[in-house]
Amino acid sequence: MAKFKVFSEESNKSPLARFWRKFKNNHPALVGLWVFIAFALLAASAPFLAPYGVNQQHSDALLIPPSWHEMGDVRFILGTDDLGRDVLSRLMNGATYTFGLSVVAALLTTIIGVLVGTFAGISRGIRSSFLNHLLDITLSIPSLLLAIIIIAVLGPGLMNTVWAIILALLPQFIHSIRNLIVEELSKDYITAFKLDGASNWHIISRGIFPNIYEHIVVIFTMALSTAILDISALGFLKLGAQPPTTEWGAILAENLGLIYLAPWTVALPGVLLFLAVLSTNLVGDGLRQVLKERKAD
Amino acid sequence: MQPTLKVQALSKTFDVRAGLFKRKKFEVLKNISFCIGKGETIAVIGETGSGKSTLAKLLAGADNANSGQILLEGNIIEDNGIRDNQCRHIRMIFQDSGASLNPGLTIGDMLDDCLQYNTDFDEEERAEKINLTLSKVGLLVDHQHYYPHMFSVGQLQRVAFARALILDPKVMVLDEAVSSLDPSIRAQIVNLLLKLQRETGLTYVMITHHLSLVRHISDQVIVLDKGEVVEYGLTESVFNNPQSKITQRLLSC
Repeated sequence: MAKFKVFSEESNKSPLARFWRKFKNNHPALVGLWVFIAFALLAASAPFLAPYGVNQQHSDALLIPPSWHEMGDVRFILGTDDLGRDVLSRLMNGATYTFGLSVVAALLTTIIGVLVGTFAGISRGIRSSFLNHLLDITLSIPSLLLAIIIIAVLGPGLMNTVWAIILALLPQFIHSIRNLIVEELSKDYITAFKLDGASNWHIISRGIFPNIYEHIVVIFTMALSTAILDISALGFLKLGAQPPTTEWGAILAENLGLIYLAPWTVALPGVLLFLAVLSTNLVGDGLRQVLKERKAD
Repeated sequence: MQPTLKVQALSKTFDVRAGLFKRKKFEVLKNISFCIGKGETIAVIGETGSGKSTLAKLLAGADNANSGQILLEGNIIEDNGIRDNQCRHIRMIFQDSGASLNPGLTIGDMLDDCLQYNTDFDEEERAEKINLTLSKVGLLVDHQHYYPHMFSVGQLQRVAFARALILDPKVMVLDEAVSSLDPSIRAQIVNLLLKLQRETGLTYVMITHHLSLVRHISDQVIVLDKGEVVEYGLTESVFNNPQSKITQRLLSC
């Protein structure tokens, strides 16, 4: 028998629950979110899931095409490269570098950006201006070029790339957070909260943050897609991750010479990069859409 | 008898930029003085830009005066711009009560914060006080789990009253608090105000331009014009026998 509802549904949904309900209705964004979560899980657990070691060479199986090809071998689902290394294992481990490191870079940017932006937002006059424009000089240079400059000074390497990306993303982050906080601070409910006797810390933590953290997540996704593209671009240019590292951009560059002989070694990391950036942007776009709708009603 | 609220020679000036480096002083309030007893209501009327809202902010402590004193039951709580921040006996109701509530917190959390910052009640006492206050303003105990977006305008006004009343204030400043409501809800809220005044002996300072309401509930009235008191007296005498031109003009329209 079909069940009917005896009691009316609990309807006092928190702003977060309403946010999720609206986000759920945006199907592309939801698919993006699932792909995003899959990438995150893969980045965290790739070394345990991968069937072979990253640098394990199979001298009996060089340049084997993916398993669905008639020349393929079921041992190597996505084939092998010219040194007989399993492409699937290398790509899975690549998620840790390209996707995982981008998340770390974007998270570090978020933490520093929120801290500096908050201080800039609640202070006034010269101090606010100083904090706000602390890193503005980096705004004059595109993020990729800035990363190349930093690498020219510090030498190539994956960690230097991460620092470069953080530095390049920070000023926009600080500006956005400061603007958000200044906007919220001028609202009536903050004045009322002050009259309740709230300290500065209370105003920030109880008053402002519950109302702007969605915006912070949106800025985070934008920073993340830039970070993924920059890390892989620098890897491709051989300025970031160096070849035996399984960073997707580096794999692409390493196998570029094989593009006619073994197209799967180039196409697959490219497809993964595309999916990573696409899913991040879909999630970010979905979040932005919900925020916009909420402002409208 | 000691008046509940006494205001002496309150003045406020704003710095207005009048050129690249020049700054002009703009006097918003000049030498405002009045006093009001327990359980009485004083109304402040005047044209737009006459300094009514600034006066409300000064009384509630959202802004500091440049000179003058505010006394509450004989104790100075603001002296020439220095305010005793511990004092939460003057509470303010904002014009738009929806905007004065944090959209990210439930009503219960918001009231709880209020109590936490100002009293040393434990958790149980706080919960009891919240329930008591909500029922006092005509809301249900269950409403404390609701978010501000779930209330209607009239209910939001009641929530705003709960927020003000929960600290047991002596004076409540109503900055156009009932003007934005439609007539039936306004009547409800006004009756609620009068009921609360009878029960707790609250003193109201009402900033409004709604003259029939002033006549209905206030004991005294102040007429402000360009920051100056042009007329101050009992409501009946001011309404029946306006002395200044500005009051006559206000009352005639």
